[in-house]
Amino acid sequence: MNQPEPMIQATNLDKFYGAFHALKDIDLTVSQGEKMVICGPSGSGKSTLIRCFNGLEFHNSGSLRVDGIDVSENSKEIRVLRQEVGMVFQQFNLFPHLTVLENLTIGPMKVRKLSQTQAEETARNYLDRVHIPEQADKYPAQLSGGQQQRVAIARSLCMETRIMLFDEPTSALDPEMINEVLDVMEELAETGMTMVVVTHEMGFARKVADTMVFMESGRIVEISPPEQFFTNPSSERCRLFLDQILEH
Amino acid sequence: MSGLKGQALPKPPPIQRFFGSVPVSVAIYLGVIALIIYGSFQGAQNMGYNWQWYRIPQYLYTFTDDGFQWGEMAIGLVATLKLSITAFALATALGLLIALLRLSGLVIGSAVAVGFLELIRNIPLLVLLYLFYYVLGPIFKFDRYTASILTLAVFHAALISEILRAGINAVAKGQWEAAQSIGMTTGQIYRYIILPQSVRFMLPPMTGEVVHLIKSSAIVSVIAVAELTTIGRNIISDTYMSFEVWFTVAAVYMAVTLILSVGVTYLERRYTVDH
Repeated sequence: MNQPEPMIQATNLDKFYGAFHALKDIDLTVSQGEKMVICGPSGSGKSTLIRCFNGLEFHNSGSLRVDGIDVSENSKEIRVLRQEVGMVFQQFNLFPHLTVLENLTIGPMKVRKLSQTQAEETARNYLDRVHIPEQADKYPAQLSGGQQQRVAIARSLCMETRIMLFDEPTSALDPEMINEVLDVMEELAETGMTMVVVTHEMGFARKVADTMVFMESGRIVEISPPEQFFTNPSSERCRLFLDQILEH
Repeated sequence: MSGLKGQALPKPPPIQRFFGSVPVSVAIYLGVIALIIYGSFQGAQNMGYNWQWYRIPQYLYTFTDDGFQWGEMAIGLVATLKLSITAFALATALGLLIALLRLSGLVIGSAVAVGFLELIRNIPLLVLLYLFYYVLGPIFKFDRYTASILTLAVFHAALISEILRAGINAVAKGQWEAAQSIGMTTGQIYRYIILPQSVRFMLPPMTGEVVHLIKSSAIVSVIAVAELTTIGRNIISDTYMSFEVWFTVAAVYMAVTLILSVGVTYLERRYTVDH
């Protein structure tokens, strides 16, 4: 059997904001169905990196292929790419003027050109999967943070994405709501979805991750399977970071 | 200062309390208004002005053998509203175009937008009207009515584009990113996500702009386009009732713009985003 092309392949990726060197020489491969968890101190470039994966930011040098498409600022295929790559944000970013159902159907209807009936069927199906079928006709502001984030996950899934990116999906949530979101993400992982998750939820990472990545100052410092990552990380900096966040 | 916590604020001095109380304020306000009205009437009296208010209603409406009929001023008001609505529709379309050009991020786009903006903002409205009527009118063969509409539309488009731009910028950046990441085109993002949400930011200043436009439409009377102000002038030249007519014209403009403001307050409640 021949090796399938990786879902995400980054080679020598560099990114600058003006003079600030945000990503330094990133090499990374995510294969189909792989769950990757990226952690690291704030400002280390984790968010910037995954925002590059769906073209919300663009790298300045090196090469990045996602789902067979070369990501670059002038690429005509960038919208095709974004339809295949879902993104879940820290601040949910639901559309506040649309109901939950409309939030879920607007992408499939306007971008994928599905009929309203088809789109609503898919939407209700995914609302079931994130365990809030009864909230379909409410507005986002009427939901709790955890519910809003699950709607945001469903909104991405409604586009029938092949890769899901999570940018600190539980950081803006009250503690008692974190688990309901992580549970949904775990269930999603079991379906075989390719996932890249920026998070500090190490319990989730231990359960779900195939690969752990630790970043600092725009560099990948450590990249290893979770067994090794949590017990015997090769870099001192990573060990210190883990000590700090696992202390409690 | 922590010792003061929980204590009542010290009372203001008695004189301030006297002038600050509601009945006294109202009395002063009414006094000033009465003084102004009395002064004007006295002044008019001294000029020997002959008040003829009874002749005014016929210019608003009449009852004849044929039944109810609108008067000249009412017809003038309709003309003013027609002119204003047409100009406002054009101004909004042009303003949106300018705002989007400015936001496009294209160097040429924002250069064109800023150029237009500075050009229009720095020419007096009256001069702009003369330019359209005396210069561009003969060149492009349009009449005084078209010249008026174009003047008002272009002048207000510049102001409206800034309102729209501010409204668009007021929508959180995350909305753009969320819409982008489900693969929407820029046009779709504006149409389905950004513009519907910016309406609530735009409504209050846009109302102000409509009011402003209706009022500035009076300026087209200088090129004799038949609208409320022109008709007011015509009535005066027939009857010499300048005081009554100008008071009435002012009151009609005020009534229209006040009704508009109240109506929009209701609209604003409808467009509140957080349900």
